[in-house]
Amino acid sequence: MDHFTPLSALIGGVLIGLAAATLWRGTGRIAGISGIVGSLLSPAPGDGGWRIAFLAGLIAAPPLYRAAGGAMPEIAVSGSVALVIAGGLLVGFGTRLGGGCTSGHGVCGLARLAPRSIAATLLFMACGFASVFVVRHVVGA
Amino acid sequence: MARVLVALAAGLIFGLGLTVSQMINPAKVLGFLDLFGDWDPSLALVMAGAIPVAALGYRLARGSRAPLFADAYAAPTQSAIDRRLVAGAILFGVGWGLVGYCPGPALASLAVGPWQTALFVAAMLLGMAGFRAVQSVGTRRLKQA
Repeated sequence: MDHFTPLSALIGGVLIGLAAATLWRGTGRIAGISGIVGSLLSPAPGDGGWRIAFLAGLIAAPPLYRAAGGAMPEIAVSGSVALVIAGGLLVGFGTRLGGGCTSGHGVCGLARLAPRSIAATLLFMACGFASVFVVRHVVGA
Repeated sequence: MARVLVALAAGLIFGLGLTVSQMINPAKVLGFLDLFGDWDPSLALVMAGAIPVAALGYRLARGSRAPLFADAYAAPTQSAIDRRLVAGAILFGVGWGLVGYCPGPALASLAVGPWQTALFVAAMLLGMAGFRAVQSVGTRRLKQA
């Protein structure tokens, strides 16, 4: 466990929770990234602006943090082009079909103790573990 | 306008959290998902930090009738654990494990990641659009039946 970074993980987590609470109190919306993006593909009238603003903040935050002198983590994407495309397609389709991702189900849904989100989180975590096991220890072995 | 500014601030804080916690690095996420390798529990601590703070936010908001800058709270209405939820969570989990990206970190690292990040996001958007296409075909069939 050489790479374990408990303190920065906890601080980052608190910020993510704060962002979810801010979005809820301010706009009455759940901070589920797949829903915020996915609904932009066909926004209801007047419902697109806050989504674009949230996503702009999300994308601008890392470069701003770096510009302010923050330590930028390495961003390492491994795997072939085919693997990256397959992963993207599955994540996009699956999160829309299942009505949420790590943020909507995993953080907001668990915080609301929603049974749907608890079930979804257990399932996608288990499948994530299984997927990495197959890629790294079965195929990659 | 205030609603848009609050959303922008929430997005900035969310992205900052993903950066500080290093969750924008897919290798870090894969380190958590690799139970049988050199396991890195950091992602669990990100959730342990995020969930109680979000829960407190939702709880405090119960005392108010409406959000500050919108007409009503848009709480999720679905409650059934149905086949769609199960199938979607399974597909998402498999895809998450292939690359180590879920939607938030993939988007947050767009401006600072390698070209593969943009490729992943493009495929993810295509997958979302594909879901919409399948869904609208299904809705049309239901109406015809």
